[in-house]
Amino acid sequence: MIQQIIDRRLAGKNKSIGNRERFLRRHKEQIREAVKRAVDGRGIRDMQRGEDVHIPKKDLQEPVFHHAQGGVRDIVHPGNQEYVRGDRIKRPEGGQGGGSGQGQASDSGEGEDDFSFALSKEEFMQIFFEDLALPNLVKTQLAETPEWKTHRAGFSSDGTPNNLHVVRSMRGAIGRRIALGASSRRELRELEARLVELQRAATRGDVAAERELPALRLAIEALHGRIARIPFLDPIDLRFRSRVRVPVPTSKAVMFCLMDVSGSMDEARKELSKRFFILLYLFLTRHYEKIELVFIRHHTQAQEVDEENFFHARETGGTVVSSALVLMEEIIKARYSPSEWNIYGAQASDGDNWHHDSGRCRELLSEKILPLCRYFAYVQVAEEEQNLWEEYTQLTETHRHFAMRKAVQASQIYPVFRDLFKKEGVAA
Amino acid sequence: MSEFTERRRVHHPEMIPSAGDRRAGRAALRAPRPLKERPTEHLPSPSDWSFELIERYHDVIRDTARRHGLDTYPNQLEIITAEQMMDAYASVGMPVNYRHWSYGKEFIATEKNYKRGAMGLAYEIVINSNPCISYLMEENTMAMQALVIAHAAYGHNSFFKGNYLFRMWTDASSIIDYLVYAKKYVADCEEKHGIETVELFLDSCHALQNHGVDRYRRPSRKSLAQELAEARDREAYAQRQVNDLWRTLPRRASAADGPAETRRFPEEPEENLLYFIEKNAPLLEPWQREIVRIVRKVAQYFYPQRQTQVMNEGWATFWHHHLLNTMYDDGYLADGVMIEFLKSHTNVVYQPRVGERGYSGLNPYALGFAMYTDIKRICEAPTEEDRQWFPDIAGADWLPTLDQAMRNYKDESFVGQFLSPKLMRDFRLFAIHDDEKQSELEVSAIHDESGYRRVREALSRQYDLGSREPNIQVWNVNLRGDRSLTLRHFQHNDRPLDESALEVLKHVSRLWGFGVHLESTNGANDVTKRWSVEAAPLAA
Repeated sequence: MIQQIIDRRLAGKNKSIGNRERFLRRHKEQIREAVKRAVDGRGIRDMQRGEDVHIPKKDLQEPVFHHAQGGVRDIVHPGNQEYVRGDRIKRPEGGQGGGSGQGQASDSGEGEDDFSFALSKEEFMQIFFEDLALPNLVKTQLAETPEWKTHRAGFSSDGTPNNLHVVRSMRGAIGRRIALGASSRRELRELEARLVELQRAATRGDVAAERELPALRLAIEALHGRIARIPFLDPIDLRFRSRVRVPVPTSKAVMFCLMDVSGSMDEARKELSKRFFILLYLFLTRHYEKIELVFIRHHTQAQEVDEENFFHARETGGTVVSSALVLMEEIIKARYSPSEWNIYGAQASDGDNWHHDSGRCRELLSEKILPLCRYFAYVQVAEEEQNLWEEYTQLTETHRHFAMRKAVQASQIYPVFRDLFKKEGVAA
Repeated sequence: MSEFTERRRVHHPEMIPSAGDRRAGRAALRAPRPLKERPTEHLPSPSDWSFELIERYHDVIRDTARRHGLDTYPNQLEIITAEQMMDAYASVGMPVNYRHWSYGKEFIATEKNYKRGAMGLAYEIVINSNPCISYLMEENTMAMQALVIAHAAYGHNSFFKGNYLFRMWTDASSIIDYLVYAKKYVADCEEKHGIETVELFLDSCHALQNHGVDRYRRPSRKSLAQELAEARDREAYAQRQVNDLWRTLPRRASAADGPAETRRFPEEPEENLLYFIEKNAPLLEPWQREIVRIVRKVAQYFYPQRQTQVMNEGWATFWHHHLLNTMYDDGYLADGVMIEFLKSHTNVVYQPRVGERGYSGLNPYALGFAMYTDIKRICEAPTEEDRQWFPDIAGADWLPTLDQAMRNYKDESFVGQFLSPKLMRDFRLFAIHDDEKQSELEVSAIHDESGYRRVREALSRQYDLGSREPNIQVWNVNLRGDRSLTLRHFQHNDRPLDESALEVLKHVSRLWGFGVHLESTNGANDVTKRWSVEAAPLAA
């Protein structure tokens, strides 16, 4: 009998991945719900990680025929302590004292808890994108981590053979050989001089010199041996070209989020706006190493706030959109010089504006802000067209980097950015 | 949960000749052969294993097993990672299986338990093929690897090769091939008909899995080539048959009236629901019939394994205990290894008492181990009581007695035959009579002179799959009316069906294509309860 021990550790893992996909597909509704909750609860910057999903156990059950409680049963238990035959015991509440080892009831083992598991980052993004109806090309673009470029950064003492730098290595070897052999060679020179001297004396018949000769020859031979033993090339001589990975995008960007927080913007509209901001942010993370976010909310007056207040604080009152644009321009002037920063603007509103203000908004945008911006996107989270929509529509004809769209569902947001992504697609 | 949690085992005894092998195998040794020479020193016992060490331990374990005459398939040990172990778990222990969401669920649950540390590390899977493959997990210590080798590669392995159910029942010589075929077939169907359609259909089949086995008829063995050829013929033929059954052309006048009206179809009740559906459901397409068949075959394959849990685990546990102890006595094992082994072993055979935390019925490892150990004791040192109860085996040679006890029984008969009064006292077993009509439970028998037989009978019945699972059979098809299918549940001891039956019926109706009724009948053949589901067309 030949015994075999086989190492299978390197053979494929994740054999179950197909089953997992089917599982996720089947419970898409719950998972989508969990993703939606997570999107609403998380910060814009915090989108790209996994999420724990809970699914009620009853939704996962696979029904089979099995017995219920009741009828006549004889069950054998171990560990009798006090009973004798004929004893009567009160029926335990909620069924058979801790399960009888029969049938299906006992093998779930975990009670009625939810079934919970973790979505990976990729799966999370996948579902998030699906909601937004992103085309596939864009999905992969966004989900990817930014591209890296390797370039040379000096030399290092370890690396792969293909990066071996021969000249450097040999130069190191020569130095080492010289350094290690120096004392031996000096000694050798001295002894050889002495040898010549002694040989000369010996030919003159000097007995003492003759007696010293063999020992001297031995010593010289030993020194030759020592010098020969210094390795020609030692592992410590090896030098490798060192390469470091640096992310390709190196410039900085700032993204302005402008949102109307007047009374007519309810929670659902804010959520929709949030998705709009997230999408732009994700796009930017792909291109820029460092992205700053500026949140400006406005009703009749604009105000710079943090993210928490931006999405969750409630305000009421009228609407003057231009106030936000003015503030944006001020902030750009004060903190983000267009020569250093790539400026992106994203504005969300329900289209409600004080009617004399809309014309001013258009002017502000076309004269002051759009020249500074790389891209400005406007999304209206309500259906009816008002004067702000009309004024903005005029801008789309003259400015290619201005995009606007109406969105009453998450899936309608993407087209706002279509140009942005399309350009990217061609370039890549 | 015990530390060993292998649940389903794959079985692949290629070496068994086809038709119903009953040969005795190698004659069992009458007594263990003596050790040739004692080793001069212990096997090394670092906690980390190495390939060389596993080989050395395995050599000793193998020699010790041979001295005891254990008859096994050749062994193949495979080292795998925890993740691979979970993969294998998720697909019911099979190295290949078709894809289904429930296996994904299983994987996630296993992974979660594993990460939380709720599962012992020492779990292992044996695939009973020739050679018999045992998985060793890389995280195990050397002592655990030795335990697993003794348990799986010699204990389970010899059980698979010896036990009559495994020899007779499973269509095992081609199971791996068959699963490869099944996986491909299901994948092809998914491509052709859409993942969702296939998944819904598989769900319905899985709901009837436990009622898709032949209990009394041994399926014939077929090679993969035969399977494939027959699958094609079957498709064509079955479709013709079904059409014939539902022929709408007017019959000849003589056949139309008379007894045909009252005749039931099928004439005899059919207990294999999946088989009946595969052959008779009118609206199924050929690929659907084939999938029903695949699910049915896999269920049939696992059926004997469900009937020998106590015996199989007990046998493996007895032998890992006996082999490692013998090796210790022979001077192979160091004290440290032995202590680690004993600690794991103790966890495995731990039996909480009723009402204690963690009690979930009798632990099959504990009961099985105790029973084999007890049989050995009865052979070697019988008491007066044992001579009375077990005149045949008291004082006999223990090796052949144990061998017979492993070969020729299943859980039900094994307990019925070998559970001794001493063991009942040790376990302090007692039987509770639970009658719904009484307000209180009654202790019907305990571990005393008057109760031994009753406790033993009750426990034996408890392991009878026939009474554990509801007895549901195909009763009638309304051929002339709405084509509805009637299933009948024969209540045993008035035990009712769980309400989830309605959910299952929906699945049945999806397979059948027309309305489905289920009647529960009590001992007097009175219908006590009735469920009905209207026709639910197959989801397109």
